[in-house]
Amino acid sequence: MPELRFTKDHEWILIDGDTATVGITNHAQGQLGDVVFVDLPAVGKQVTKGGEAAVVESVKAASEVYAPVTGEVVAINGELSGDPSLVNRAAETEGWFMKLKLADPGELSDLMDKAAYDKFVAEG
Amino acid sequence: MTASTTEILKRTPLYELHLKLGARLVPFAGYEMPVQYPTGIVAEHNWTRANAGLFDVSHMGQATLIGTDHPSVAKTLEKLVPGDILGLDLGRIRYTQFTTPDGGIIDDLMVSRPLAGSDDGHLGLVVNASRKDVDYDWMRQHLPDGIILHRADELALLALQGPKAVEVLARHCSESSSLAFMSSARAFFDGIDCHIARSGYTGEDGFEISVRAEDATRLAEILLAEPEVKAIGLGARDSLRLEAGLCLYGHDIDESTSPVEAGLSWSIGKRRKAEGGFIGAERILKELRDGPPRKRVGIRLEGRAPAREGAPIQSSDGKRIGTVTSGGFGPTVNAPIAMGYVEAGYAETGTPLSLIVRDKPLQAAVASLPFVAHTYKR
Repeated sequence: MPELRFTKDHEWILIDGDTATVGITNHAQGQLGDVVFVDLPAVGKQVTKGGEAAVVESVKAASEVYAPVTGEVVAINGELSGDPSLVNRAAETEGWFMKLKLADPGELSDLMDKAAYDKFVAEG
Repeated sequence: MTASTTEILKRTPLYELHLKLGARLVPFAGYEMPVQYPTGIVAEHNWTRANAGLFDVSHMGQATLIGTDHPSVAKTLEKLVPGDILGLDLGRIRYTQFTTPDGGIIDDLMVSRPLAGSDDGHLGLVVNASRKDVDYDWMRQHLPDGIILHRADELALLALQGPKAVEVLARHCSESSSLAFMSSARAFFDGIDCHIARSGYTGEDGFEISVRAEDATRLAEILLAEPEVKAIGLGARDSLRLEAGLCLYGHDIDESTSPVEAGLSWSIGKRRKAEGGFIGAERILKELRDGPPRKRVGIRLEGRAPAREGAPIQSSDGKRIGTVTSGGFGPTVNAPIAMGYVEAGYAETGTPLSLIVRDKPLQAAVASLPFVAHTYKR
């Protein structure tokens, strides 16, 4: 069964074949506070690992979300436009941001598993 | 979210209480201040609109200008501000601004005249945390012999804001409920000597309580034990004041903006408009006469995406006409809202605008201020 992998920029990624579902971590949503808008990329857009892929607007500020891998946006979570607080309630499940078609599976090797990410967060 | 490097942050007398309450602390105007508590900004905002929120605003500058009699101390301050200080009645508070020789705003402040006759010749001042040193230096440069500026750094300041603030405060301080909006009095809160003012920065009815630092935590804990009261951070303070259409220094007003452009002409006394006699009067009186070249306006956005400070404002035909100075999401309005300056010809309520966010235009329109009606008890 596939498991969530994590980046140091507090995104998660779930691999299914050559498709990666991407969102922000529960820790990240807690830091951002109440999410009021998510600016998602258009389907078909190419994103590059480490490049800006989306913007999360909380009451207080706008925060960039970086693409954890390179690929083409093949789907975005339409639920977020009507209910952006889904990111707060279910960051690592229903509050996903986008699905990417992986360009280079080799990029997955430097992602963290849950234990490594939790340790990374705990160490600040 | 990078760690602060070398700046030594000051702490208010309530610092330990903030930690105990689980506050997220951030640097603000040289202080380590609570931006929010565990429930979060939207919940804190909504609580304040429905109940009573307790804010630590001890970072703000409290000071007393001390002269021998009201007319002399008032006339001294009137050289620096366009507000009518001479005409301030006993126990009343006035909002005004320190102005630059060019008519810009050095800071905005509250001025209160004591109720008691024995303090005649004193004026209480509350200034912004970020401008304390600038303000005090500016005043000292202009004070004649015999008028002293006392920095009351030994005092804490708490704000209790919201529709239930009056009933809660009255349980501990019987003097509070009879106080009119923009009035203040010395009072005793469960025996704690303090000074209470019916004023605030949320658009709601409420009070600001000035108290000795060593009594501040006890007073705050008594209030927080009341079921109607929760601690509220700076994040909600900002969304509340934005909905109330109130200016934040360094954002909506600064040394380049005049009180007239900022929509603060109401705070300039009638006699002051006629007589002038304050620093910066030339530009301010000219703008009162001829109209300012630009105006601060409220802005409502059509979609859900907020526009932040710095976003360019365009007219419907794509001309750059101004800049957003405060922007975010208004929880009570349940929509993104902003304030900014536009060329005077575009300031009419309903004028369509575009706000440029991440290179995309967001549809918006000039809205009347405040976004949420004030509920002051006049």
